[in-house]
Amino acid sequence: MAKQLNIFMENRPGRLASIAEVLYKNKINIITFTIQDRGDFGLVKMMVDKPKDAHLVLADKGYACALKEVLVVSIPDKPGNLFKLAKILLKYKVNISDAYGFVMAAEKQGICSLELALLDKKKIKSILIKEGFSILEEEGIYELV
Amino acid sequence: MDVSFWQKDLETIERQPLKKLQLKLLRETVDFALKTPFYKSRLHKVAITSSDDIKSLEDLKKIPFTTKDDLREGYPYGHLAVDLGDVVRIHTSSGTTGIPTVIYHTKSDLDNWTDLVARSIVATGATKKDIFQNMMSYGLFTGGLGLHYGAERVGLTIIPAGPGNTKRQMQLMKDFRTTLIHITPSYLLHIGSKLEEFGFSLKDFVLKKAYCGAEPYSGNTRKKLEKSFGIDVYNSYGLSEMNGPGVSFECVNKCGMHTWEDAYIMEVIDPKTGKNLGEEKEGELVFTTLRRRATPILRYRTRDLAFIYKGTCRCKRTHRRISRITGRSDDMLIVNGVNVFPSQIEEVIMKIPEVGNNYQVYLEKEGALDKLTVKVEIYSKMFTGDLLQLDSLKEKIINELRAAIILTPAVELHEPGVLPVSEGKAKRVADNRQKI
Repeated sequence: MAKQLNIFMENRPGRLASIAEVLYKNKINIITFTIQDRGDFGLVKMMVDKPKDAHLVLADKGYACALKEVLVVSIPDKPGNLFKLAKILLKYKVNISDAYGFVMAAEKQGICSLELALLDKKKIKSILIKEGFSILEEEGIYELV
Repeated sequence: MDVSFWQKDLETIERQPLKKLQLKLLRETVDFALKTPFYKSRLHKVAITSSDDIKSLEDLKKIPFTTKDDLREGYPYGHLAVDLGDVVRIHTSSGTTGIPTVIYHTKSDLDNWTDLVARSIVATGATKKDIFQNMMSYGLFTGGLGLHYGAERVGLTIIPAGPGNTKRQMQLMKDFRTTLIHITPSYLLHIGSKLEEFGFSLKDFVLKKAYCGAEPYSGNTRKKLEKSFGIDVYNSYGLSEMNGPGVSFECVNKCGMHTWEDAYIMEVIDPKTGKNLGEEKEGELVFTTLRRRATPILRYRTRDLAFIYKGTCRCKRTHRRISRITGRSDDMLIVNGVNVFPSQIEEVIMKIPEVGNNYQVYLEKEGALDKLTVKVEIYSKMFTGDLLQLDSLKEKIINELRAAIILTPAVELHEPGVLPVSEGKAKRVADNRQKI
């Protein structure tokens, strides 16, 4: 399963820059990132090429951050594929806590990163594989870039 | 100006007989105090074992001061001087930390308190014809119930509105033709600023008077309030340790608050040395109860700063007057009329494992009202990376603070290492409110 780095961040100018600077100085490459806003603070969610290193250097600098497991599903970029994925999750009554998706190669590959409110993540992983989806492990994500 | 009295003999008693009465009541109070575990031990240490050791008012100075912490340490029964069966009411107020202070009242204690409030009301020229909307909190806070029973005794028509719900307050003022209100000055300013928004105008009201207390405010703000509402505003002073409202109150002349000296011995001291400052010098107010049986308190350090006016008032009351409260000699904050100690806030947030070591209490004005924000740092090691954890942490801090300080603060979560590092209490509190 892929690792996502979640970083607590105050909502004011310069905070993203300071995180990005730490990563840059430690030669860490950012693959994806998204920010969830809660008014006076937010949560940065990142996938990077060296998640454990990134976690260590940020924690060392005093940031409140944690590594989370996410399910990164590769789906062909065709109409109906997200529906197909979501339907499977519905069938097994799996709730999605958070997700984001993007297209890697138009009409070829899309990526869907899922945070699932489910204890048995391995089970849903094997179900998705059985249904024909491919799941990207850490290494697979790095190959995207 | 017409001057009316509630207990004329007591209110206009000459100074010498008043001092004689004070001595008699002080001796009774000392005997009651000696029934409490706290004062028994404390007074025995200074060789006071009965009222016989109090021969003159000068002997009061032999008695050590009582502090809020002394009251806290006696919680809950250490200061109770009568049989619990004779207690008819309990009021508590915020302590400097999680432990509150408690004041017990017998039936006669409440009776005396009510008379002091009735005197105060009559002194402002209010009569049974007045319609009185009481916008102070009812409950453990003494502001609401104290004025309520005094007003009832005088025969005013009371609307026990309590605080908040501004639109309903205006509607009540209009529908029942309220002539008198009891309110914090900042809330009165707030009402003034919201009239138009809620569809009211001053023409809807027949308001004549306001009693303002529970928080300090300036003479200029009083003038502003009087002018904008076209009313008389009277200052009120009290604290739960001394019953509540009705300790000191302005008469129709509005030139300082008469302290009812047949019920309290009033001193003003230098907060640093404890030395008596006499009249006209600003210092900390110290009170001794003279008529309370259930919880007698000797030389209580209020931490409120004021001075005693010299000379007599045109109203013929012989009870000396104090100035408006100019500040505090400790770090207590008054937020929308509610007393808060920074240490209470610290105690709550330091118990929460997800919170780091640094925090800040931030005060500012939001319109006429006070806004309290508690800023805390996230403790990195406890962070799981979930937004829901952050949301519920914020909720938890708000709920626990609300339970401890009665107010609902805003809470801000900050990154570790962002807030000022703890070096004593001063930096923990940032008070950016403009004084009113």
